[in-house]
This record gives sequence, C-alpha cells and structure tokens, in this order.
Amino acid sequence: MSELLRLDNVTAGYGDGIVLDDVSFSLKEGDSLALLGRNGVGKTTLLVTLMGFTRLHKGRLAWRGRDLGGMPTFRRAHAGLGWVPQERLMFPSLSVEEHLTSVARPGRWTLKTVYRVFPRLRERRANLGNQLSGGEQQMLAIGRALMVNPSLLLLDEPMEGLAPIIVQELVSVIRDLTTGTGMAVIVVEQHARLALALTRQAIILDRGRIVHRSDSASLAHDDRLLQRLVAVA
Amino acid sequence: MLRPFPTPAAVSPEEDVIRPAGPCERIARLPADRWTLRETAFWLMPVLGYFAFPGYLMLGSQILIAGLFALSLDLIMGYAGIVSLGHAAFFGTGAYAAGLLASHGWHEPLSGLLAGAAAAALVALPVSLLVVRGQDLGRLIVTLGIGMLFFEAANKAAAITGGVDGLSGMEIAPLFGLFDFDLFGRTAYLYSLGVLFLLFLLCRRLVHSPFGLSLRGIKENSKRMASLGAPVERRLVSVFVIAAALAGAAGALLAQTTRFVGLDSLSFQRSAELLIMLVLGGTGRLYGALIGAALFLLAQDILAGLDPVYWQFWLGLMLVAVVLYARGGVLGGAALLAGRIRGKRR
Repeated sequence: MSELLRLDNVTAGYGDGIVLDDVSFSLKEGDSLALLGRNGVGKTTLLVTLMGFTRLHKGRLAWRGRDLGGMPTFRRAHAGLGWVPQERLMFPSLSVEEHLTSVARPGRWTLKTVYRVFPRLRERRANLGNQLSGGEQQMLAIGRALMVNPSLLLLDEPMEGLAPIIVQELVSVIRDLTTGTGMAVIVVEQHARLALALTRQAIILDRGRIVHRSDSASLAHDDRLLQRLVAVA
Repeated sequence: MLRPFPTPAAVSPEEDVIRPAGPCERIARLPADRWTLRETAFWLMPVLGYFAFPGYLMLGSQILIAGLFALSLDLIMGYAGIVSLGHAAFFGTGAYAAGLLASHGWHEPLSGLLAGAAAAALVALPVSLLVVRGQDLGRLIVTLGIGMLFFEAANKAAAITGGVDGLSGMEIAPLFGLFDFDLFGRTAYLYSLGVLFLLFLLCRRLVHSPFGLSLRGIKENSKRMASLGAPVERRLVSVFVIAAALAGAAGALLAQTTRFVGLDSLSFQRSAELLIMLVLGGTGRLYGALIGAALFLLAQDILAGLDPVYWQFWLGLMLVAVVLYARGGVLGGAALLAGRIRGKRR
C-alpha cells in the first residue's frame, strides 16, 4: 500500500506556543493508528494540526506526496481528511438528515450506507442536532464525517462519556470501518486497550513528543510501559 | 440498535454501485421541504387582499416590495449569520439602475427588473469580499460604512441620480406588453406579488438545498463546517451576492411601481427599518421576513393615522415587547406558544 500521510519533524501549536515538538510518522492507505498518551500531551493538537487549525512552526505535512501545510481546511476535507472532534459539535438548527446531506461528497458513503451502519440515526432523522443523546451525537458525528467520504478518519476520543452498551456498539462499528473499507483511521483514546484493540500500530505521545512507537498488539501486552506512559486503569 | 457494519461482500450489488452523489443530490426529502397547506393559505392572503381592499393596493405593493427586501436580508442574516446595517445600498442600487433605464428610454419592466438585480449583484461582489472576512461587530460597521458611501455617492452624483430631488420622469411600458401600470396600482400590486412569489420559491429552494443547509452550519460553527469541506468564505460571498440581487430586484420594483427613486432608498433609515421588520417577523424562517414587513408597514400606517406626531413611540414599544417577550419574532413567539399548548395537552 502506498503512503497516505507523512509528518516530518512537525512542530506546531497555538499562536506562539508550541504543543507538538518534532513529531514524525507516516501512515499507509487503509492503515490504522492509535494515538495514546496522558491528558494534555498533544493528541488532540495533532489531529487539529492535520485539519489546519494550528500554526505550523516547523516541519512538513504531506498527503499522498502533496504538501498539506498551506492548504485551507475545506480543501483538506476535500482531499480526504475526515475529522470527528471530541466535542462532537452538532449544529442545533439542522436535523440529523440535514447534517448528513449538507456535507455529502461523492463516494461510497451516502445517506443510505450511513443509515445502514447507524440505523438509530435513521429513526432520529428529523431530530435536531441538540435533540440527541450523547451516543447518538457521536454516531452522527461519525456519520457526518463519513459523508465527506474521507480516506483518513480522525477519531478524537469517540468513546468519551458514553454508556458501556453504546461503547460496545461503537467499537464494533469502528472495527468494521478500520478493517472492511480501505479507509485509514487515527484513533485518539484515553482507554488505551480499546484503541489498541482497534488498530494495527500505535504511537505514545508525552509532552508533545513521540516517546514510543510499536504495533498495537505488542503494546497491548506491555503492561509496564502502558502504566508508565499512558496510566491505564 | 446497531447492526454490524456491512462489509463490501454483504452489500448487495445494486446498493453498492458507487453513484456520483453530488453535493446537490438529496436522497430523501424532509418535511421542511414539502409545501404545506399552511403555506398555500398564506399565499392566498395577498390574492384575497387584492379583491378585498382595492383602495389599498399601493400600500399592498409597498408591503410586497418590503417583504422581498426583508427576504433578502433574511438570507444573509437569518441563514448565514451576516448582520448588515447597510443593506439599503443594494436596494438603492437596484432602484437607481431600473429607474435610470426607464428614464433613458428603456421602458420594458421585466428587463429593467433584471437589470436592477444584476447591478446590485455586481456592486455586491467587491463589497462581500470586505464583509465576509470580519466578525459580527466588524461586519456591522463595514456594512454601515458601505451604506453611507453609497448614499453620499448618489447624493453627489446629482447629475445622474437627481440628488436630493430624486429621480423621476420614468416611463414604464405595459407588463408583457398587455397590462398598463394603472393609477390604482392594480398592475403594480400583481406584478410585485408575482415577482415576490417567484423569488420566494427560489429562496425556499435555496435554503433547503445542501448549500443553504451549509450556510446554517457556517452560522453555528464555521470552523466545523470548513473541516467538513465547506469553503466558508466562498459560500458567504455567494449568498451575499444572491441576497444583494434580491434586494436590487426589490428596489427596481419600487422604482418601477412608483416611477420615482429618492435618496432615501439608499438611506440608513431604510437599512435599519429593514432590520426591524426582519426581527419583528422572525429571522431564519423566510416567512418571518414577509410577516414582519407586513406588520411593520401596517402598524406604521395605522399608528401614523391614530397618532400622527408620536407614532414612532408606539412602534418602538411594540418592537421592544416583541424582542423581550417573543424571542424569534412573531413567528418564533407563535412557535413557542404552540409548543406550550401541545405540551399542556400531553
């Protein structure tokens, strides 16, 4: 598989502040990556940097060989980056279906296929964005990102604050997304074991730097390392 | 319940066809899209009004034109979230364009109307580039400034616009070559109603299209919408220019039906009254613009009759009451009330 995303010595942050320090990694088409680390180490900042919402101080972001650094956010979405932010951020005045149709771009993901993955969204199709439970909001946030037909899905703490039963449902959906579709995924997650079970390789960040990288399966068995760097419960 | 994700093999071939589902495609239609009985009833009112109040057709035309103008502001303010205090600039541009054509030998009304809309859209393009960059306060001031610029430019260019005396001496040919613009305003009323209805349909289609939906998304969270692939600035420029064209059409209608264009068509007062109409009726609903314009002009007419000196006092009182007690204007208040009644029944 060819290379999808590549970061070379990326140093980025908000304004003059630096959050990410000299981060380099690459991701192949259809690959999956878990992004782990404690609170405030720069996981979300990394995703936000990919979407173009931070200041890139140094380094290079490449997308299929093309430079991503100077690209406006909407073009990154067109290029194939699909971001599911932690806060979910539904539009209160749009219905579920309008959330999906307003961003649709050509590809395999249509209203029909998204509804097939999330039948609950079909039941709630006429509900407004602020008339949904947390789990439904998360489903809609993922469904909305899929409608843009991304080649890389960025999931920022998709399980946060959800009931265990919903987490189970989402895990099975995300697993199918990471394996069956040819779409690459980066998962940021506090529940390290969950993220590791969903992905092929993993990176641990600490204070904005990459402190460990390995395949997810072997990291999942390294309790001491996980305790030290991620503080898993 | 969640069903497992359909792997490519599980998807039946007919469903797996990758269709070019362009951004314009709408797979299912929501209730918001459907033409309701209530809407039919609403549009019957101005038709009935034509027969019921033959003595008030001039006022009726004013209401229809103000409704179109308010509709135009609703597109940028109610949907895209651009607050403007200078929208009269485009109304006046349309009015002067149509007026100048008519007073220089081009008497056909429909092409004059089109020219008014086109002129407004043309001047709106550079203005929009200044407006969309800012945030709320910046936009307010930029539009205010632009409005003043246009007003003073028309004032200075008295040789063309007639300055404070206004532009008159227009001649409008019969509509479709058949219907004369008569003294009682019958043709003017029906002409305005027809134009308003057609342009309303256009707006209605627009706000329910993915483009219109993305505007609402931009209003609520522009960053989020950008990350979902919406070119925010370009969309705001587009809707601003479309809205300006509608405002220009409204101005052209006024010029053609009254055969006069005054400087006040570009004035701050007109922009401000427009804002009042829209807030009164309710923003982001299209019908709010029409209802607000009707309420404002009717209230003005009635109050000015009852209290010729202090009528603005009562208008102000009404406005404060609506903003305080019926958030979302008359339509917002009505929706709130309907929700409460339904809630009690349960």
